[in-house]
Amino acid sequence: MIRVFLPPHLRTLARVDGDVELDVNATVTQRSILDELETRYPMLRGTMRDHVTELRRPLVRFFACGEDLSHESPDAPLPKPIANGSEPFVIIGAIAGG
Amino acid sequence: MSSVRVLVGTRKGAFILTADGARKRWKVSGPHFAGWEIYHVKGSPVDPNRIYASQTSAWFGQIIQRSDDGGKKWNTPGSSSEELKSPDGMTKGESNKFVYDGVPGTHQWYDGTQHPWEFKRVWHLEPSLHDPEHVYAGVEDAALFESKDGGKSWKELSGLRKHDTGPKWQPGAGGMCLHSILLDPQDPQRIYVAISAAGAFRTDDGGETWKPINHGLHSEYIPDPAAEVGHCVHRIALHSSRPNTLFMQKHWDVMRSDDAGDLWREVSGNLPSDFGFPIDVHAHEPETIYVVPIKSDSEHYPPSSRLRVYRSRTGGNEWEALTKGLPQRNCYVNVLRDAMSVDSLEPCGIYFGTTGGQVYGSADAGDSWKPIVRDLPVVLSVEVQTLP
Repeated sequence: MIRVFLPPHLRTLARVDGDVELDVNATVTQRSILDELETRYPMLRGTMRDHVTELRRPLVRFFACGEDLSHESPDAPLPKPIANGSEPFVIIGAIAGG
Repeated sequence: MSSVRVLVGTRKGAFILTADGARKRWKVSGPHFAGWEIYHVKGSPVDPNRIYASQTSAWFGQIIQRSDDGGKKWNTPGSSSEELKSPDGMTKGESNKFVYDGVPGTHQWYDGTQHPWEFKRVWHLEPSLHDPEHVYAGVEDAALFESKDGGKSWKELSGLRKHDTGPKWQPGAGGMCLHSILLDPQDPQRIYVAISAAGAFRTDDGGETWKPINHGLHSEYIPDPAAEVGHCVHRIALHSSRPNTLFMQKHWDVMRSDDAGDLWREVSGNLPSDFGFPIDVHAHEPETIYVVPIKSDSEHYPPSSRLRVYRSRTGGNEWEALTKGLPQRNCYVNVLRDAMSVDSLEPCGIYFGTTGGQVYGSADAGDSWKPIVRDLPVVLSVEVQTLP
């Protein structure tokens, strides 16, 4: 079970409280998490990555285990604590203008 | 008894203001979509319970919201579990997918160089006059999209953006936005749009081909003040009974055309400033128009710090200040281009919102005003629905 932390605006949009829990039936990567997240909550499509290019939106960041993974390959396996659910995969809006 | 529903988009959410036909006691609901920028909210003239909203964020992009019950409940179109299971076409999660048709190309940037077209947000939603499932979207960078499935999916009417003059279009201070969409009630093939800063355009074939309609405009901030495109049009308006007569608030100058935009003439007349953003037409008097003069393009607040709506009953040139109930000293708010609207009750009601968060209403065609709410976030748009 993967735990995903969504920023407040996206929680409101997806109508969820707190962390989202996902089953990812593939290698746990940024892409596989986002694929599953968008399948489960289709209203989130286009809000974290571009509909067509699938590139991360410029003001969205991905943190995990105290590291900023925003610029890592979306297909790179994520750390074990993310894959086993002991740490959340954090999606956050960049601090940019208050 | 008739009632009105005022749809207010703000920098931090949407608000819905409702009153009966007397328009004295108001209920305020919201914020809907709290914390998000709501550029525009507008109801279908065919089905008033069908309302579309443009919800946007620099962080998370564009969202389209739709209500089918007059604004009580909202959904992103095509995302309900029932629709996701629908066998007739995959539309899931595409209500915010605005993709330019073909290679986007380039337009002029602030420094005169060419810059690629990039979708940023929806400024204006214009529901069809005939079908609640059909809605147009004016976007930044300037283009016109339409949805024929209630906002589940969008297709660009790319004949506009691909017009030969496209590389000469340039962004205004607020971005290169398509902000005005006027549907001709007598000719379903005719649509007018306006873009800042390109100018006004018209199609007579339902959006396939477009022509610039800027002859007569004069803009000192472009190299050729009478150029075919490049004009910073802030807003255009028409009365449904006379769709060939258009009114325009340009960056500077209030203009009118009596031949569907083929030729414009200035009607600023005795206005204290002909700079401003919104312009609108009385619901029952096609020669009665309203503007809100702003001091200048560098000082976006009312002249003499007095908030005055100006009304012309002669289609321009002769203007009277409407001040009763509006602040007449120390007022430094602005009224943005989509933030004025009229109802169709008798007498006509008129409403506008300010960057200071006030929404003012007049139930007597502008003779007197009262604030409906005073302390909302920056008001981006105001639309009114007149309900039976």
